[in-house]
Amino acid sequence: MDRYRGNPQAIADLIKGYAVHRDVYVDPEIFELEMEQLFPNSWVYIGHESQLKNTGDFITSKIGNQPILASRHRDGQIYVLHNRCPHKGVKISSEPCGNTGKFFRCPYHAWSFKTDGSLLAIPLKKGYEGTGFDADQASKGLPRIRNVRIYRGLIFVRLADEGLSFEDYFGDSLSTIDNMADRSPQGELEIISQPIRYMHSCNWKMLVDNQTDTCHPMVAHESSAGTAVNVWERAKAANPDMDPPMAVQLYAPFMSPYEFYEGAGIRVWPNGHGHSGVSGSIHQDYEDVDGYLQMMVEAYGEKRAHEILGDVRHNTIYFPNIMVKGPVAILRHFIPLGVNKTLVESWVFKLKGAPDKLYERGLMYNRFINAPTSIVGHDDLEMYERAQEGLQSDGNKWVNLHRLWDENEPEEATDIVNGTSERQMRNQFYAWKKFMIQNMDTKAGTAG
Amino acid sequence: MKREDLVDFVYDEAHTLDQMEWETWLALFAEDGRYWMPLEWQQEDPILQPSLMYEDRLLLTVRVERLAGERTFSQKPKSRCHHLLERPRVISMGEDDGVYKVRTSFLYTETRGDLLDRYSGWIGHELVEIDGALKIRLKRIDLINFDAPFSNIQLFI
Ligand code: FES
Ligand SMILES: [Fe+2]
Repeated sequence: MDRYRGNPQAIADLIKGYAVHRDVYVDPEIFELEMEQLFPNSWVYIGHESQLKNTGDFITSKIGNQPILASRHRDGQIYVLHNRCPHKGVKISSEPCGNTGKFFRCPYHAWSFKTDGSLLAIPLKKGYEGTGFDADQASKGLPRIRNVRIYRGLIFVRLADEGLSFEDYFGDSLSTIDNMADRSPQGELEIISQPIRYMHSCNWKMLVDNQTDTCHPMVAHESSAGTAVNVWERAKAANPDMDPPMAVQLYAPFMSPYEFYEGAGIRVWPNGHGHSGVSGSIHQDYEDVDGYLQMMVEAYGEKRAHEILGDVRHNTIYFPNIMVKGPVAILRHFIPLGVNKTLVESWVFKLKGAPDKLYERGLMYNRFINAPTSIVGHDDLEMYERAQEGLQSDGNKWVNLHRLWDENEPEEATDIVNGTSERQMRNQFYAWKKFMIQNMDTKAGTAG
Repeated sequence: MKREDLVDFVYDEAHTLDQMEWETWLALFAEDGRYWMPLEWQQEDPILQPSLMYEDRLLLTVRVERLAGERTFSQKPKSRCHHLLERPRVISMGEDDGVYKVRTSFLYTETRGDLLDRYSGWIGHELVEIDGALKIRLKRIDLINFDAPFSNIQLFI
């Protein structure tokens, strides 16, 4: 018996603001509805246009549980398509990326498609003559997704035909993507390598929540960042002239005290977006890279260059499932595979025209913090997996998000608050509720 | 140095890991030694190409101390590991540059609570002689599925 399908009130009741019901993390039916409702109703990231440089280049992705394909057509455009043969449904592309040449060819019966999705040819075409095939959806090829928007090279897609426009959905939150891209003297980002992939046995939202959880680093990461600081202090005592190496610069700020995070602030935007590190962040004290500031000044002028580099936002959530870290040019993609299974792909952008040292730092940060071989990652994953198990307890069915809650808290607002507030997590859940029940068919049990 | 010494070194090194003698293991590295786990096929550059690990003595020391930490929650209960090694192939006796090179096919198993995770691939050793003893200049681990999404890999392959 469905408890939540077709029952928007039951879904809304899971979100109390200062607390959310455990079902949002552990209930399989809620997970199914996220795939059917939340993800199609949202603008979702699928990749970067630099992954599609040449005609015939393609990438594959998933929105909710639906397979997606994006390719560069010979008209220079990127088309986003359903990755599903119109014949018997076979997935056309099974690789994460590649070049298909002039057309896609289905491996089952060799129907072929142009890189804009349209049907190119069918073997034994004669057999379809006079069958009414031309009027069927199958004759149109791979269905094209209409709502696609490329912003500073990042490709976003909304599956649902109806919904918020790209601008209304993201609003001012796009300033983080702008800042990340502006850090390139040419204003452009590029992907030239594979992501680090990390499998998590937990609900995808635990990762999203954690990105603006500033009360955990000094506790959960004492084992990794804390040890790194200790080892460094000993090395330094033995050799006082040593400057902290890049590795220590990256690890040490994780141990910043509560007051640091409180003062750094959190900014929230409507529709679940928000970021930590408003007036400072763990990324603020990295050593300057030779020649970089001068390049930026030449590209943007003195004032603007300092503005760009002075904005050191920590983690920006683009609801529902990516996080962007501007100062190290990292994008993390939290891909839900099951109610308690999440694939995390962490990408590092290269800033076009910037010194290699910045790319080196991004790659180093990524493997120190976001890799299955990262000790910081081990600390976090341990907590998510314990939460996934702990939430089975009937001792308390609610997850507490009470920190700096105000009963008059607006569900849609732009605001700056204390940096240890759980406001951004609540902000995500207000949006979660909104997009879960938007366009919801209230007739229980109907198949779409 | 004889070929047998290189082969013994590889087996003995794996033994220190399987016995969880982390300090002894760390001491096998040269001062400028590195531990590298690439993320790309036949990767050449550990700096401007992404890796799963590329660590110097300082970073390896952090890992080793962390394993003993009271608040290392992901090591409650502690992981254990096992190396199953094929006979190492000696690639170079250091004729030109004094660097001995050995390549070893492996199966590696690591525990996490009740779970077992298994990895396989090749270990490349670059060894140098310092004060009469072999030391690791580079230990490189090429996983066959370097591009797969793993859960935690907490110990050392
Ligand atoms: S399923 Fe694709 S051609 Fe038949
Ligand atoms: Fe963390």
